[in-house]
Amino acid sequence: MIRAPLVKALGALGSPTHQIASRAVRTSAIVAQTPAKAPDTIEVFVDDIPVQVLPGTTVLQAAAQIGVEIPRFCYHERLAVAGNCRMCLVEVEKSPKPVAACAMPVMKGWRIKTNSEMTRKAREGVMEFLLMNHPLDCPICDQGGECDLQDQAMAFGSDRSRFTDINYTGKRAVEDKDIGPLVKTIMTRCIHCTRCIRFASEIAGVDDLGTTGRGNDMQIGTYVEKLFLTELSGNVIDLCPVGALTNKPYSFVARPWEIRKVSSIDVLDAVGSNIVISTRTNEVLRILPRENEDVNEEWLADKSRFACDGLKRQRLVAPMVRMPNGELQAVEWESALIAVAKALQKANGQIAGVAGQLADVEAMVALKDLINRLEGETLVTEQDFIKGSGTDVRANYLLNSNIAGLEEADAVLLVGTNPRYEAPLVNTRLRKAYVHNELQIASIGPKIDLSYSHDNLGSDASLIKDVCSGSHAFSKVLEGAKKPAIIIGADILERSDGAAIHATIAEYCEKLKKPDWNPFNVLQNNAAQVGAYDVGYQPGLQRINQAQPKVLVLLNADAGKLTREQLPKDCFVVYIGSHGDNGASIADAVLPGAAYTEKQATYVNTEGRAQQTLPGVSPPGMAREDWKILRALSEVTGTPLGYDTLDELRTRLEDIAPHLTRLGKLEKASFNELSPKTATSKSISGGAIDVKQKELREYFMTDAISRASPTMAKCISAVNKQQRQDEAKQSVAI
Amino acid sequence: MIHISLKRLLFRVRSGLRAITSSCARSSENLFVHRDTPEDNPNIPFEFTAANKKRVEAILSIYPEGHKRGAMIPLLDLAQRQYGWLPISAMHKVAEILGLPNMRVYEVATFYTMFMRKPMGKYHIQVCTTTPCWLRGSDEIMATCKEQLCIGPGETTKDKMFTISEVECLGACVNAPMVAINDDFYEDLTAKDMQEILDDLKAGKIAAPGPRSGRFASEPKGKLTSLNEEPKGPGFGVQDGL
Repeated sequence: MIRAPLVKALGALGSPTHQIASRAVRTSAIVAQTPAKAPDTIEVFVDDIPVQVLPGTTVLQAAAQIGVEIPRFCYHERLAVAGNCRMCLVEVEKSPKPVAACAMPVMKGWRIKTNSEMTRKAREGVMEFLLMNHPLDCPICDQGGECDLQDQAMAFGSDRSRFTDINYTGKRAVEDKDIGPLVKTIMTRCIHCTRCIRFASEIAGVDDLGTTGRGNDMQIGTYVEKLFLTELSGNVIDLCPVGALTNKPYSFVARPWEIRKVSSIDVLDAVGSNIVISTRTNEVLRILPRENEDVNEEWLADKSRFACDGLKRQRLVAPMVRMPNGELQAVEWESALIAVAKALQKANGQIAGVAGQLADVEAMVALKDLINRLEGETLVTEQDFIKGSGTDVRANYLLNSNIAGLEEADAVLLVGTNPRYEAPLVNTRLRKAYVHNELQIASIGPKIDLSYSHDNLGSDASLIKDVCSGSHAFSKVLEGAKKPAIIIGADILERSDGAAIHATIAEYCEKLKKPDWNPFNVLQNNAAQVGAYDVGYQPGLQRINQAQPKVLVLLNADAGKLTREQLPKDCFVVYIGSHGDNGASIADAVLPGAAYTEKQATYVNTEGRAQQTLPGVSPPGMAREDWKILRALSEVTGTPLGYDTLDELRTRLEDIAPHLTRLGKLEKASFNELSPKTATSKSISGGAIDVKQKELREYFMTDAISRASPTMAKCISAVNKQQRQDEAKQSVAI
Repeated sequence: MIHISLKRLLFRVRSGLRAITSSCARSSENLFVHRDTPEDNPNIPFEFTAANKKRVEAILSIYPEGHKRGAMIPLLDLAQRQYGWLPISAMHKVAEILGLPNMRVYEVATFYTMFMRKPMGKYHIQVCTTTPCWLRGSDEIMATCKEQLCIGPGETTKDKMFTISEVECLGACVNAPMVAINDDFYEDLTAKDMQEILDDLKAGKIAAPGPRSGRFASEPKGKLTSLNEEPKGPGFGVQDGL
């Protein structure tokens, strides 16, 4: 079997098969990269229809070009070609045997027959062998209804079986593996396509899965007892063409034909992965990725996929007001709104708003409008950024090289960020570039495992100065690169010398800039952050401390950075949000809002792409969409906002930031705008640079939704357990 | 008349059907997952001996840069020769030397049947039971081994001296029946020969490998029955025109 790391090791010297394998993986990249000279195409015939293809195209890809789908199990566009399931056998004229379409490059003039007698017979034969060792447990299998084996057995299999268990020996059976709290394994169902192994090895970079044994005894597993712990483990569930790997929290919950599917956006990190929310009876059952080449390809990180059970727990279902005895008590909307409105009116404009990491753009605009109408000025985000006017220029806080663009980078410097856990799907792009594009990566910060090898330059902040002055060895690499990129973690810009770090790197990036390539990147880790800056929120809570507001409105602000002690004693805190977390605990009035699966709302991802969520379910209890709460509140305060519907609100949004209504489109920051002049002082004070999420256990709970999720809690305990076991083993060895 | 037409009908029905296979798939007696045991767990340290370390370097030097993983099978074999069998810590050592994930080594070590992943006796007796050996009496050879050592195939004696395996063809059919003891082939065996060989081994002697029938190798027992004329020179049987 061919694996990408091996292909990489082989490089240009690799044998033709290896090159084909690597080519198949990066077809899309190649097509995009070679527009300059038109390569010679060759003509082949698929079912007598002529097709012009590039040399090296496989039979399967040639057939796909004219919409002929060849059945397959092991082949996957984003993984290396394995060619071991044999389901894609097709007849090629003058070839004595059927050929495996996924692995065979076409030759000039080939006549491929995808529906001939020989092809059909070959498929039936392969299918018969597969089914001989596959249990007939479809009625209790979670994959039932969305199973490739089921579908293809219906479409391409024989209409009868010759399998007779005449000796009552039973079918082949394999013991199940325990690979963690997210993926359930029923290994008897496995058809050995090795997709999960290739995913783990190539995309996730965790070589824990493999095949052991041979022939009838071959099985997929970890050989030793080990959990498959990675931030991308859920994707093997989607990749598995049968029910061998299924979603553990979702097991025995629903059938695919019972559920309603809503296309939406994930907000648990700043990547903005496209998702499909599966719902039934007003309940989110599971979340699957939706293909979007520019953002998440077709992967989804585990937190985004499995934290959805946090949407049912710790929810705020009724408005609450803090009583004189200090208890929060549920009240009707009317009395809650009146209580808040009274406080707002009394405040005389000493009002401040804080947007947290899950706040949507519409609610933030409504909050800003409301507070401005009440003559308040202080509107900030919970996440801090550089001091000064850094957010005025959009290029200062965006991932300017784009998520998909990072695939083409050939030298990357990570400064104080761990993309593996802050943005797992950005990390897969970096890994892809590392595997296929010879990307050189260095990091400044603590030593972390990024799933690919990289140079850790050290953790001292003064290294940034060295690199940016061109005196460091890695500067030569960056300067010599065709597409260099420097990625700064949003968290290190919260430091007191954050502005200096930002300015130093921005200045250096001016030098590295290429005509169509902006190397300056800030990797945000909150879904709300870019949207908040775009609509005019200021970063940092210290402005709240300066303003000493009489009323503070927290919009999904749950990071726990703001405590009651920092606020004036008489400050009235209003919390609008979905979960009873840090924000609600310090609030005097709690107005229950909707979570991202319950509202139509815009979020802007770290590269500046505005995308909208769609409601899959309605908010629980008396909870309402956040902007509607603010609209209702404005009515009670006597300063009604000028919009009654979402469309009207979006018209208002268009006035503030027109690009935010062009949903799905990437709005790049204008190119020459990057201004290093933002900093007042350019001295980096030094000291160690740290990242918050260093290990897998720190990845699972980062926001109100994932903190409420029992599945995420199980993940953390699984990671801890595995670590304890490893440590116990090591201590015995010592 | 009726009889004939019935016969024809039966023939037609039969020729339209394919026979049902009545044999069942057989599984290996080995386990293809690892379970920690006192003899085999990752905490037992494994280190190549000084002499073998030199061999490791020699093996690695054969393979060009970027293809070092090709040395995996030779290294596993070296580890097995040193330890007698292949414990999981030896696999980890090989993975460490080659800079590969452990899983990639497990895959290879479980694929090849000659990598022994459980404790073996000092002498591994592999009795060939494939057709030619079986026709020439491998059943007796196997029975002798079982009787002498009081163990069955796949088992190891308590003193850790002998392990018997039943194996498929080892490629010495001309000298059937045969057994392989570690790296040596003992051929043209009878039950008596087998007993002698085992007695020798128990006594600490190693019998001379090779055929026991007096043959030197695989030549005919008496005189040549074919190829007994002078060999034809070059150009024999070629067309005149060429």
